[in-house]
Amino acid sequence: MIATGVAATARIGARGDGRGGTALPVLEGDGPLALRRTRGSGSEARVMLVGAMSGPLGGDRFAVEADVAEGARLHVGSAAATIALPGQAKGDARYDVRLTVADGGELRWLPEQLICAGGSDLYVTTRADLGANARLVLREEQVLGRVGEEPGRLTSRLTVRIAGRTVLDQELACGPGSPGGWDGPAGLAGHRAVGQLVVVRHEFGSEPVTARCLGESAVLMPLPGPAVLVTAVAPDARVLRRLLDEALGSLTPGR
Amino acid sequence: MSRAALLVLADGRFPAGGHAHSGGAEAAVKAGRVTGAGSLEDFCRGRLHTAGRVAAALAASAALGVDPVSLDAAADARTPSPALRVAARKLGRQLLRAARAVWPSGELDALARAFPKGAHQPVVLGVAARAAGLGPVDAAYCAVYESVSGPASATVRLLSLDPFEATAVLARLAHEMDLVVDQAVEAAREVVDNGVDALPASSSPLLEIGAEVHAAWAVRLFAS
Amino acid sequence: MHLDHSHDGPSAVSADARRPDGSRRALRIGLGGPVGSGKTATVAALCRALRDELSLAVVTNDIYTREDAEFLLREAVLPPERITAVETGACPHTAIRDDISANLEAVEDLEDEVGPLQLILVESGGDNLTATFSKGLVDAQIFVIDVAGGDDIPRKGGPGVTTADLLVVNKTDLAPYVGSDLARMAADAKAQRAELPVVFQSLRAEDGVRDVADWVRAQLAAWSA
Repeated sequence: MIATGVAATARIGARGDGRGGTALPVLEGDGPLALRRTRGSGSEARVMLVGAMSGPLGGDRFAVEADVAEGARLHVGSAAATIALPGQAKGDARYDVRLTVADGGELRWLPEQLICAGGSDLYVTTRADLGANARLVLREEQVLGRVGEEPGRLTSRLTVRIAGRTVLDQELACGPGSPGGWDGPAGLAGHRAVGQLVVVRHEFGSEPVTARCLGESAVLMPLPGPAVLVTAVAPDARVLRRLLDEALGSLTPGR
Repeated sequence: MSRAALLVLADGRFPAGGHAHSGGAEAAVKAGRVTGAGSLEDFCRGRLHTAGRVAAALAASAALGVDPVSLDAAADARTPSPALRVAARKLGRQLLRAARAVWPSGELDALARAFPKGAHQPVVLGVAARAAGLGPVDAAYCAVYESVSGPASATVRLLSLDPFEATAVLARLAHEMDLVVDQAVEAAREVVDNGVDALPASSSPLLEIGAEVHAAWAVRLFAS
Repeated sequence: MHLDHSHDGPSAVSADARRPDGSRRALRIGLGGPVGSGKTATVAALCRALRDELSLAVVTNDIYTREDAEFLLREAVLPPERITAVETGACPHTAIRDDISANLEAVEDLEDEVGPLQLILVESGGDNLTATFSKGLVDAQIFVIDVAGGDDIPRKGGPGVTTADLLVVNKTDLAPYVGSDLARMAADAKAQRAELPVVFQSLRAEDGVRDVADWVRAQLAAWSA
């Protein structure tokens, strides 16, 4: 028997509902990628990504697409961490996230961690295409191995474009089988949790944020555009989340 | 094509400012992550496969004649640390000055006009390689070698490391440098056909974090 | 390439006497010498003596980045935008002699940003007796030693002592306390340097930097001629 992976694509489309709120004309889960609309706050619609099966497994092809139109505000979270596991099927698993936010739209993409279990092999791409006045908060957290476990292999590429211009394009490769030095002093140096927080606001164009260190293992960096990136490494997921939450709080007064 | 020109461009004494930069080694030494030849080798290997790989692909693309303005923007997007963007432009400007004196060329003059405060160093390196009559493989070799030789020679100064040991680290990385060059040149040929999104974007969290921590120090030996 | 849209020529590549726009650039004078001999104090005194008659700026080359620049800023010898620090990677002698690219950038940026300038003083971080400035970077150089560093330094020679356009023997007020023989230092310097000038100075004296300032004025007159 030749095992083949699962292919699944979930889609979310958010539009202004004309009454100051956000409608979700598209909300399509697919197989293991189920979507639930939950109670939002104010004009913001909230969607929860619910993993109906564990995964992705080797050979799986998952994709999530979210499209936020002008005037819409969408918050996407997930019910639990995503766990990449080794599968029966040959080869790596893929997880592609495509986010588009039109001028005047806002997306808060705040899923739980991605945990790369021992023996897993996952290639993740996240691409955000934003209009010139779109707003974005995007968090990604990678945890290498479950507690006390050797990590799996992960390659994760994150690309952010604003008005067609790429302001961030970076790829993290870690785990056994990745190019050498990934866990060395120029890589992760033993840290098992690593995260990125991207915040895009057109106000950053006129009032640039200055770079600052948030302790010895996290930094906030203005990107070449109206956007900032927080990069952090931590011994575990809990410490990482605290670092990223603090960073987000410092960028979002009053929230 | 002159092979000797490659030696001139790759020479650590080529007067283009590299001696004042540690390639992240000073921050790693201070943090206790680089303490001797073994950890230096691991540091250099990590840098080779991330910053070195990206630099090599940028340099090879520029050497193939890809528009330096688009390559410079791609380098910006692949360098989230503002301290590293500043260092890359500073070094690019210094290399441009040296290269224009050594291999006068209209392309280098045009690059200087377009980027009076400097373009990213690997982009300048690729255009300089063209001016020297060199090709994409040569440019990529210069970039990968600089990505490891800079930290190695800085660590000799920072830790008083035995210079023979530091040089042996570079020799042990030679085969991996060959592989990274091959991949970088392949990526550069794809850039010619499909644009700069085909460039690798390999990154290292601790190189970025370390660069910003280093830039915030009041007292340091190296500029980056 | 899509680069040919600018009307200005690209910046100069070496120590050309003229700037890209055709105007004459500032005279560049280097100050080198051993650690603690009084280079920074001499630069500070020169700035105070010359700032009312000349448009000038300073570039420092520190071992630990920015230390000397910070001193000059604290002393407020010039407005802060006229003082720039070059970071040298622990090797100031490399930055002033073997690889002058960062210093050339610094002097050109000063001329662009606060110019027109008549004089730029380029100070090396404290280094050894062999450290000299490249002719690609400076037009003339001053080597500063002091009497407390040993009165045998002029006799020992070395490129700085032997070839600098001006040798300054600093802290002459300390000579009696450290047992240095000024006459012997003068004779040794004469033997090493033939007709090249030597100034003995104490910056503790009233107008102590006058001789060096006069020498700088003469250099500038020759440069501008």
